Amino acid sequence: MGFLIGLFWLAAVIVASMALGWLFRTIAIAISPHGVAKEFRTMPLTAGFGLLMILTYVFVAIFAPIIAPFPETEIVGREYQAWDNVHLLGTDNLGRDMLSRLIYGARNTVGIAFVTTALAFILGSVLGLLAAVVGGWLDQFLSRTVDVLMAIPALIFALLLLTIVGTSIINMIIVIAVIDATRVFRLARAVAMNIVVMDYVEAAKLRGEGLWRLITREILPNAMAPLVAEFGLRFCFVFLTISALSFLGLGIQPPTADWGSMVKDNATLISFGDITPLLPAGAIALLTVSVNFVVDWQLHRASGLKE
Amino acid sequence: MSHIWTMIAKRLALGVLTLFVVSLLIFLGTELLPGDFAQEILGQSATPETVAALRERLGLNDPMHIRYANWLADVVRGDLGESLANGQSVSELIGRRLGNTLTLALYAAAIAVPLSLMLGILAALFRNSFFDRFANASALTSISFPEFFVAYILIFFLAGAGGAFPSMANFRGDPTLGEYLYRAFLPALTLTLVVTAHMMRMTRAAIINLLASPYIEMARLKGMSPMRIIVKHALPNALAPIINVIALNLAYLITGVVVVEVVFVYPGLGQLMVDSVAARDMPVVQGVALVFAAAYVLLNLTADVLATLSNPRLVHQR
Repeated sequence: MGFLIGLFWLAAVIVASMALGWLFRTIAIAISPHGVAKEFRTMPLTAGFGLLMILTYVFVAIFAPIIAPFPETEIVGREYQAWDNVHLLGTDNLGRDMLSRLIYGARNTVGIAFVTTALAFILGSVLGLLAAVVGGWLDQFLSRTVDVLMAIPALIFALLLLTIVGTSIINMIIVIAVIDATRVFRLARAVAMNIVVMDYVEAAKLRGEGLWRLITREILPNAMAPLVAEFGLRFCFVFLTISALSFLGLGIQPPTADWGSMVKDNATLISFGDITPLLPAGAIALLTVSVNFVVDWQLHRASGLKE
Repeated sequence: MSHIWTMIAKRLALGVLTLFVVSLLIFLGTELLPGDFAQEILGQSATPETVAALRERLGLNDPMHIRYANWLADVVRGDLGESLANGQSVSELIGRRLGNTLTLALYAAAIAVPLSLMLGILAALFRNSFFDRFANASALTSISFPEFFVAYILIFFLAGAGGAFPSMANFRGDPTLGEYLYRAFLPALTLTLVVTAHMMRMTRAAIINLLASPYIEMARLKGMSPMRIIVKHALPNALAPIINVIALNLAYLITGVVVVEVVFVYPGLGQLMVDSVAARDMPVVQGVALVFAAAYVLLNLTADVLATLSNPRLVHQR
């Protein structure tokens, strides 16, 4: 019987989210100008739902102080209070308001993951494009270095580096950015390799264009589509890694509200049948699923596969 | 047949080279550690004389390349130094827990590999059906979930109040096989759920890729059943990519255990590593990272060799 109820809820959630996706798509088509509206028409419902969720997260992250009923780190009640009218989602292990911390967590966790991804991306794609354009020993050197760095599992490598430099937010951002930059490098180099051999690049070289102009004006525009899709996927990986590190107590440090450590701090409640600690973990999962849906749609569009 | 051995030897040499560079990287880690290693061991209250004596005893006054050579020689002999936290031998610490971690990974693999192969074949057989779509969607979803989310959902439903399984996998003494399987069931199930989706999707993709080939069409025209076509004709040719994906996911299992071990308080290597990182116990972290990296490199190597062996055209080359 419990299984059937679970199945019913699952179906209800899927139907509701698809309805949200449809609603969002309809509104998006109605309010955007003609050229953009055409793009939205091809959007599958899953992508519509994903985009809506991402926008919601961004909104919550930006307006966190206005939305949250209580301050981020202030102790406002007893420990582990149940859900009631004042503390909608109860309180955590120190008596801080769960809902407020969840809202601030959107700002901290997502913000840090975004900065890390951006850093990894700039580092990886600049080096990757450079390796492809310059070639020769620079390419050999960078590629072999990346090969070795990729031979160590990412999480283990991150733990090793964090031991060396010590655990702090800045260190974590740099360590994860460097590790993920190796993956971006691989893709950027592979994509650029195919473009570098084209005739128009040859022509640009003969025209005497400099290295910087060659990369930014000639190669980057044509390598953009796969790189943007990779940005979405990379964001998911970085986000999950940071959450895992925070969960292990080695990432974002208290009292900063963060979803990974919130799960860890309140995990004892789960054995008593309380669902509250699952909410931050669910927030992580929902965002990664949403990003994946949107990336799926963009990849589909970029590859020219049309129904 | 001889060139296959040359190829394996080449891959092996490459693997050893990778491990060598990895060890260099791990060794350089200690060099970059701010502060004095001897000071770190003895603590703040040590007199300069004792620090100097320990530096001499540990050979910290030698040039870096000599120290690296000594360290590497020790590692090869199985001596990974002593833990800064409690002075125990790192090799012993790791040895005690390595078995636990390997057993857990093996347990998860024993469920995940047959399950995902079966689901992948079924998805390829009933492609574009409701089953296939459902499997695909849940694969995409489960890839996006953090491991601890999966773990806690399982604890919420299967352990806790009135649950059938224990939420903590701590053993006292030597558990019997049945007891072990029962106590470690939830961690193994978590790992299974995390890796099954990816393996299933790739198995499906590898098989569907082949279904357009003429020889499959021939088999179909002969009137074979779809199941027989896939198992007897498509699967053997799809083995190489499938083996690669399985190895990749087994390698992932080895790193995935870190989070899962912490959730379930499972006494394995991952737990040891996390505790040591928090305490900045460098020799232990070095040792565990080396073991993980070696396992990772070894698995990738095995996958490469097996994938080559599964292709008769490469084995019986003229």
